[in-house]
Amino acid sequence: MKKIYSIFIMCILVTAFCSLFTFSFAQPISSTELINHAKEYDGKIVVYEGEVIGDIMVRQDNAWVNVNDTDNAIGIWMNAALIKDIVYTGSYKSTGDIVEIIGVFHRACPEHGGDLDIHAQSLRKISSGKLFKEKLNLGKRNYALVLFAMLGLIWILTLLKRK
Amino acid sequence: MILKPQLEDIKNIGYYLGKIIIGLALTMLFPVILGISLGEINPALDFLISLAISLMFGLILTKLCFTEKDLTWMQGMIVVSLSWLVAMLLAAIPLYLSGHWKLYLDACFDAMSGFTTTGLTLAQDIDHLSYTHNLWRHLLAFIGGQGMIIIALSFFVKGTSGALKMYVGEAREEKLLPNVIHTARFIWLISIVYLILGTLALGIAGILNGMKPLNAFFHGICIFMAGFDTAGFAPQSQNILYYHSLVYEIIIMVIMILGALNFNFHYNVWSGNRKEVIKNIETRILFISIIVLFFVMLIGLSREGAYSGVLPLFRKGFFQLVSGHTTTGYMTIYAQQFIREWGALALVAIIAAMAFGGGSCSTAGGIKTLRMGVIFYALKEDLKKIILPERAVVVQRFHHIKNVFLDDRQARSASLITLAYLGLYAFGTIIGVFYGYPFLESLFESTSAAANVGLSCGITQTGMPAGLKLTYILQMWAGRLEFMSVFTLLGFLVAIRRGKR
Repeated sequence: MKKIYSIFIMCILVTAFCSLFTFSFAQPISSTELINHAKEYDGKIVVYEGEVIGDIMVRQDNAWVNVNDTDNAIGIWMNAALIKDIVYTGSYKSTGDIVEIIGVFHRACPEHGGDLDIHAQSLRKISSGKLFKEKLNLGKRNYALVLFAMLGLIWILTLLKRK
Repeated sequence: MILKPQLEDIKNIGYYLGKIIIGLALTMLFPVILGISLGEINPALDFLISLAISLMFGLILTKLCFTEKDLTWMQGMIVVSLSWLVAMLLAAIPLYLSGHWKLYLDACFDAMSGFTTTGLTLAQDIDHLSYTHNLWRHLLAFIGGQGMIIIALSFFVKGTSGALKMYVGEAREEKLLPNVIHTARFIWLISIVYLILGTLALGIAGILNGMKPLNAFFHGICIFMAGFDTAGFAPQSQNILYYHSLVYEIIIMVIMILGALNFNFHYNVWSGNRKEVIKNIETRILFISIIVLFFVMLIGLSREGAYSGVLPLFRKGFFQLVSGHTTTGYMTIYAQQFIREWGALALVAIIAAMAFGGGSCSTAGGIKTLRMGVIFYALKEDLKKIILPERAVVVQRFHHIKNVFLDDRQARSASLITLAYLGLYAFGTIIGVFYGYPFLESLFESTSAAANVGLSCGITQTGMPAGLKLTYILQMWAGRLEFMSVFTLLGFLVAIRRGKR
């Protein structure tokens, strides 16, 4: 009985250690790390985090979402059901939602013509993006006005010179 | 004895330079209109500021240097080489004002990269760049690819004699039509027709890919401009990888090949001379070279185990090869993958493709397939002379629009320019190695810059040394103008300093 008890304790300890290890491995990996060491991560489950940028390209039941972690953007292939949480995508007028992707990394995806991509298993929105309201840059406006005044003056002078 | 240039020379150069600058300034109206219509007010202001500065500069030059005299050959060449430098400085202003380029030098780098249809970029955070600035980046490529002088000839220059001298100075030796201004306008006609067709094809493909219609057509026009003009800029940081679409990549490959073919070839095919597709030395050399180099690349990629299956080899290997050979520089892989996954042999194949380049009198860069063909036939002629009896008369001919008998002058000219290109590739490589980059990477990036390609193995970044940025700017400029007008400008500067009255 004592032996069974000690084996049980051992199992708990090993499980705790493994889960601790898995947790530390499950930190987001940067795009640079993934691209530079693509062979090592090929086929493995990775966690990747970044801003959704550009278009969400729905292809039948799936979709391509490009996620940029400030170094590079990586294409994420996911089930179309996962995109429902994405509201904003990054562009000039908006910052995109920051998402965490857990999925299988492919150095040269056989399904997608050799693309370096991630096939998402889950998507979690970390923070929401937002629309920018562009404010007129007064400095630029003033520069433009002064320059156009100068241009007008030069133009008039050249007309006078011609006469 | 070197003669000091006269005031008349400087006035003539200044006057025509002013006209070209006014032409360039007016092209800034396109992004201004787009910016205002899309509500991108600050980007539109960036262009209004640049427009005003450019117009002022152009107006002052044309008034101070007013002349009715036609250009001499020397003046024409200098106008061309100077106008590319001044255009770079002016076109970089709106880029720098956007805040997406860290330094003004970086913005100049991108402006020169656009004008010379290279496609290397130092832009930061392209994914958040405005439509207005993005249009300008691609428009730069379109203007540069067609030829800045072509624009001036089409709209602003009246005299045909001076026009011809500038046209030749911009590395366009072939006239499609007897009149050089008509030739310039025909080049526009070809490009506009392809622009409409290409944009439609890419726009529709974009929508089918799942893009929003506005984005699909905006990307379509941008990708066409930078594809047909073999520049390689794209509206997103992932370049062509952003689209994840085989159809899109095939359309782009067709556009890149069309852009790399001689305008004279287009003119003949459009005129019904379809046999030219098979008979022309340039198309033959281009396709043979692509096939041979693809074979070499396949061996290299297979040895490294980079891709398995036909489709990945086509979409990654073949696409990059066509992109390199046509000197476009579109990429469906990340820059680092070249070095980390492709292996030396595949890299050598792609460096060779970039070095050879596309057709002469096209928007492509590099040594050019016509010169490769001429050198090949000259070599063949020399070998025949050795093998055949001494009394035998050896005549070598090739087909380029018409049957041409090879003469020593053609062979000498082709060899000299080829030598100059090889020297330029070597120069950038040495500078790269000097700054501590590995040899193969330095050679790759240097060839890409000098042949106006735009493929990158990762050296081109905003953090690279300023000296290397300046080297690549110089290489892009000299490579695009094919040396003659650059050498003339250097000679002119020497004459100003050392010449005698």
